[in-house]
Amino acid sequence: MNIIVCVKRVPLTQEVDLEIDPSKRDVRSDMLAYVMNEWDNYAIEEAILLKEKLEGTVTAMTIGSEDDEEVLRRCLAMGADKAIRVDPGTLELDSFTISKILAAVIKGLDHDLVLTGVQAEDNNEGAVGIMLAEHLGLAHSAVVVGIEPEGNEATIRVELEGGIDEVSKIGLPAVLSIQTGINEPRYVSIMGIRKAAKKELNVIELGELELSEDDLLTRTTIEEIFLPPETEGAEIIEGDASTIAEEIIRIIKEKGVSI
Amino acid sequence: MGEIFVVVEHREEEIREITFQMLWKANELAQALSHSLTAVLLCDNGEAFVPEIGDRADRVILVEDESLKNFSAERYKEILKGLIEEYNPFLTLMGHTPWGMEFAPALSIKTGLPLATDCVDILIEDGNPKVIRQIYNGKLFSKVSFKASEGYLITQRPGAFPTDKVGDRQGELIKKEIPADIPEPRKQFVEFVDTAAGEMDISQAEFLVSVGRGVGEEENIKVVQDLVDTLGGVISCSRPVVDKNWLPKFHQVGTSGKTVKPKVYLALGISGAFQHVAGISGAGTVIAVNKDKKAPIFRVADYGVVDDLFKVVEALKKKLSA
Ligand SMILES: Cc1cc2nc3c(=O)[nH]c(=O)nc-3n(C[C@H](O)[C@H](O)[C@H](O)COP(=O)(O)OP(=O)(O)OC[C@H]3O[C@@H](n4cnc5c(N)ncnc54)[C@H](O)[C@@H]3O)c2cc1C
Repeated sequence: MNIIVCVKRVPLTQEVDLEIDPSKRDVRSDMLAYVMNEWDNYAIEEAILLKEKLEGTVTAMTIGSEDDEEVLRRCLAMGADKAIRVDPGTLELDSFTISKILAAVIKGLDHDLVLTGVQAEDNNEGAVGIMLAEHLGLAHSAVVVGIEPEGNEATIRVELEGGIDEVSKIGLPAVLSIQTGINEPRYVSIMGIRKAAKKELNVIELGELELSEDDLLTRTTIEEIFLPPETEGAEIIEGDASTIAEEIIRIIKEKGVSI
Repeated sequence: MGEIFVVVEHREEEIREITFQMLWKANELAQALSHSLTAVLLCDNGEAFVPEIGDRADRVILVEDESLKNFSAERYKEILKGLIEEYNPFLTLMGHTPWGMEFAPALSIKTGLPLATDCVDILIEDGNPKVIRQIYNGKLFSKVSFKASEGYLITQRPGAFPTDKVGDRQGELIKKEIPADIPEPRKQFVEFVDTAAGEMDISQAEFLVSVGRGVGEEENIKVVQDLVDTLGGVISCSRPVVDKNWLPKFHQVGTSGKTVKPKVYLALGISGAFQHVAGISGAGTVIAVNKDKKAPIFRVADYGVVDDLFKVVEALKKKLSA
C-alpha cells in the first residue's frame, strides 16, 4: 500500500500573545515557535501504522519554504520513506491553490491512499483534503477515526457529532482527512531526526508542475485580521490563591451546588 | 430576484439544528438582498421533514429517492451541482459539520464556485459577500472576500446563529427527480456506532470539573480527580485528554462528545475551541482557569482566573480540608 500524507508546519499559539503585522493580513511571525499541525501528526502516524501492517511506502509532502522542511524531517524520523517539499515562492495560498498544487504532484505518484489532517491549526478551514480528492477524481471522506483496508476497499469510521461514528466501506484509492485520537503518534527523538537526514527529500519548484494561471489564483482572500470583538466576557477573579479559592467556592455554593 | 440556497442536514429522521441556524441567517440575508430563500432537501422521505422547514423558506426543493436514505457526499455533490446550475443561487449555505466538511469542498471544485468554510458571520458589502471566520483556534478573527463569481459557497459554524424561527414564509414544494445518470458512490454506509456511552452520563451532572490539555500529563489527572472527590462533582474533559487516553471518551464535552448542562462548569486548562464550548452552552455558570489571559474560553465564561491551574487546585483543596 503506497500512501501519501500531506502535512503542514503551523505556529504554536497557546499562551502566546499574537500580534497583527502591519499588512493587517497576518500575524507577526518573528516571535513564534512552529510545530507540525496536530491533525497531521495523527495522519502520518496512521500511514506508518498501515505500512507496518501492509508494506508499501509512505511519502510525506508539504508546500512551504526551507524552514518547513522541519516537519518533513520529523515525518521521515517517524518512519516515512521519502519527503517532498513544493516551494511556492511568493505565491499567495488558500485551500484552493494548495489543493491544486498537491494534486499536480500526487498525479505523478503511485498512491492507494492519500491522507491529510482534518484541518490546520492556523487557518482552521478543513477544506484542502476534500478539494484535493475532487481534483484527483478520488473517493473521499472527512473526519476519519478508523481505517481498515481489505483488498481494493477499506472499512472506515467517520466521527460525527455526539460520539456517534459512521462506519462505511470506501473504494481505493481514496483521500481521507484524519481526526485526532485515531492512534497514538510515536515519540520522535532528536537522534531519530538526525538519522533520518539521510532519507530522500525532494524539492519541487512550482514551474516544474503542470498548473495553469487559473489554478494558482486564490478563490478566497483574507482582507484583514483583527482581535476578537470586545464582549462582556468573564469577570476576572483577582487576588492570591487563597482568595481566589474562597471566591470559587462561594460562587459554586451560590449557584446551588452543595459541596 | 436572486436566490439563497440552504442545504438541509438531517440524520435518522431528524433535522439537525444547524439547518435551522442556516435558515435563520439566510432569512436575514434574503431580506437584506430581497432574495428568495430556498431550502434544498435530499432525502428518502420528504413528508417527515417538509412541514418543519416549509414555513422558514419560500421554496423547498425536494429530491426524494430511496438511495438518499443515508448521507452520501458523492450523491450530494452531483445533485447539488445540477440544482445550482439550474437555479444559479447567489449564496449556498451548508453546515460546517463532519458531513458538510465531506461534501462542500468537493462541490466547490465540481462547480468552480469559491468556498469559505466555518464562517461565524456573513456580510454583504457593495453587493459582494464577505465572511467572518476565526483563525488560530479563535484567538483572532479574519474577514475574507471571494474571487468574483456567479455564486458563492459558504459553510456555517454550528451555534453561530440562533435556531429560532424568524420571518413568515410559505414554502412552495418543488419535487425534483434524482438525475438518472448519477454514478454509484464509491463510499457506502454500513452502520452508526455510539462511542460516547459509558459507565456514567456526564450530561446529567450538576457540577462538572473539566480538564483540558493544560493539565500537561496523565499523572496530573489524579491531582484534579482528588479535588473532584473532595468537591463532590464529576470529572469531564476536552478532546485532547481523550485522544491521549488519559480519560475514557464518555467524559468528553463538545460537539463530538457530550452536551452538558451543569449548574456550574469549572474549566481547568481548556482554551475554548468552538467544538468544546458548543457543548457547554447550556451550563448555568462557567468558571475558567487558564494561564493565558487571551484564551478564547474567557469570552464565554462568567468568571475567569488567569493563573496556573495547579495553584488554584491546591488552594481549593486546602480551603476544603480546612
Ligand atoms: C471535527 C472536530 C471535532 C471536535 N470535537 C471536540 C469536542 O467534542 N470537544 C473538544 O474539547 N474538542 C473538540 N475538538 C478539538 C478542538 O478543536 C480543540 O483542539 C480542543 O478543544 C482543544 O482542547 P484544549 O482546550 O484542552 O487544549 P488546548 O487548545 O491546547 O488548550 C490548552 C489550554 O490550557 C492552558 N494551560 C496550559 N497550561 C496551563 C496551566 N498550567 N494552568 C492553566 N492553564 C494552562 C493554555 O493556555 C491553553 O489555553 C474537535 C475538533 C474537530 C476538528
